[in-house]
Amino acid sequence: MDFYTGQDLLNKCHEESLPISEIMKIREIANTHRDAECINKKLETALTIMKNAAHKPLDNPSKSIGGLIGGEAKKVADHAAEGKNVCGSVLSKAISYSMAVLEVNASMGLIVAAPTAGSAGVLPGVLLALCDEQNLSDETLYKGLLNASAIGYLLMRNASVAGAEAGCQAEVGAASAMAASAIVEMMGGTPEMCLNAAGFALSNLLGLVCDPIAGLVESPCQSRNAIGVANAITSAELALSGIAHPIPFDEMAEAMLRVGRSLPFELRETAMGGCAGTPTGCTLGCNICAK
Amino acid sequence: MNFLSIFDVIGPNMIGPSSSHTAGAVSIALMARKLFSEDIQKVTFTLYGSFAKTYRGHGTDRALLGGILGFPTYDERIRDAFEHAEEMGVEYKYIIDEQTVTNHPNTADIDLVGVTGRTMSIRGESIGGGKMKIVRIDGIDVEFTGEYSTLIVRQIDKPGVVAHITQALSEHNVNIAFMRLFREDKGATAYTVVESDEAIPETVLEQIRSNKNVSDLMLIQI
Repeated sequence: MDFYTGQDLLNKCHEESLPISEIMKIREIANTHRDAECINKKLETALTIMKNAAHKPLDNPSKSIGGLIGGEAKKVADHAAEGKNVCGSVLSKAISYSMAVLEVNASMGLIVAAPTAGSAGVLPGVLLALCDEQNLSDETLYKGLLNASAIGYLLMRNASVAGAEAGCQAEVGAASAMAASAIVEMMGGTPEMCLNAAGFALSNLLGLVCDPIAGLVESPCQSRNAIGVANAITSAELALSGIAHPIPFDEMAEAMLRVGRSLPFELRETAMGGCAGTPTGCTLGCNICAK
Repeated sequence: MNFLSIFDVIGPNMIGPSSSHTAGAVSIALMARKLFSEDIQKVTFTLYGSFAKTYRGHGTDRALLGGILGFPTYDERIRDAFEHAEEMGVEYKYIIDEQTVTNHPNTADIDLVGVTGRTMSIRGESIGGGKMKIVRIDGIDVEFTGEYSTLIVRQIDKPGVVAHITQALSEHNVNIAFMRLFREDKGATAYTVVESDEAIPETVLEQIRSNKNVSDLMLIQI
């Protein structure tokens, strides 16, 4: 059993009357040596790593290797603790967690690439914030991870999740689409709503360039993860409210790839354009390389 | 296209910051360690291309050393690889080569010296998403990824050696997924690389070694 497009996936969900997470699990069992128990163990490991990475910098902030980031997640959490945050507690927590994961990543700590290291904050940020606010069980979070992996798989297969190939829209954009779809299933939405949420998420970040200062996974990557969670939560809210995206998910995935391929190479992870190409970005890059 | 699993998407579990410049570097060095299969006394890393330019900010130096020390991509000791190498008595050195142009921008050479004085030189490429391939052993171009059970035979390029290898594999019921022969010159050193979906039994090694033109065997099990 396998599926190759979003439409395929929806058909499977209907035939079996199962949510996306279950179809993804059945696909894994059918095509690998793993059984359900093994899959659950691996999900448990991934979730534990995600939780540690999302929480550690809130107590122990650490400077990144390149020195461009460190301590941002704690600042956001402290700001919220003072009752001053403007975006509500789910989003505020999701922002803080997502930035924490990028801080851990940039200081040679342990993370789960989801789908990449540079976008590793979005999915745990969204899942764990929702878990705090809605008292979700780990079992519900596993469903979220499985659902997200189905969307991520389709984007890896039919589009791209590499910044060097298709820009940040392929990394944070893909992570955001995965997270948006995961929220919808965890909140009781239908498979169609999941793909609508993923489609909204992709279309909202379409064209986002990959322009890491000094070529490092630090800035603007970290704050892009924060925008990735905001986009995921917004896209899920739209889909759960019953709003459909006019463009089917599969066509959005293809559009994302086409837009990515038409980005000039300066804006695809080469550290030559965008933020990295500004006078200050170049100076920061030179200073870090000369260290 | 290879099957993409849940854990190709939600994964790998890795030490940051970069799947290509950190996790991929760990994997190349881990493979070098497996191929060498002797306690390592001294290691020299040569970094090319993007590895040479951005290794500090990506921790590529510590990642390579961590792999040589046997730390997997998710091992938090990688960050302190320098200290661990000193404790474990492994000497290490880095050569940063920004001039030489290699086939792939993320390339590293690993020159190993074992406790017995034996040496081996391995070139690896980090090809994205934490995946890697070994592209050179002791000056001879090869190609394998370690994603399958892999048998590497160092041999003299003489008639009958490949037949001897396939005969031995067949007698041990090993189904060959891919098999390739790499050589530098006619009649000189060559490598046969055999990849299989299932484990390759150790007992097959004895039989392959019995051919006088076979000089070394390396087995990587998945």
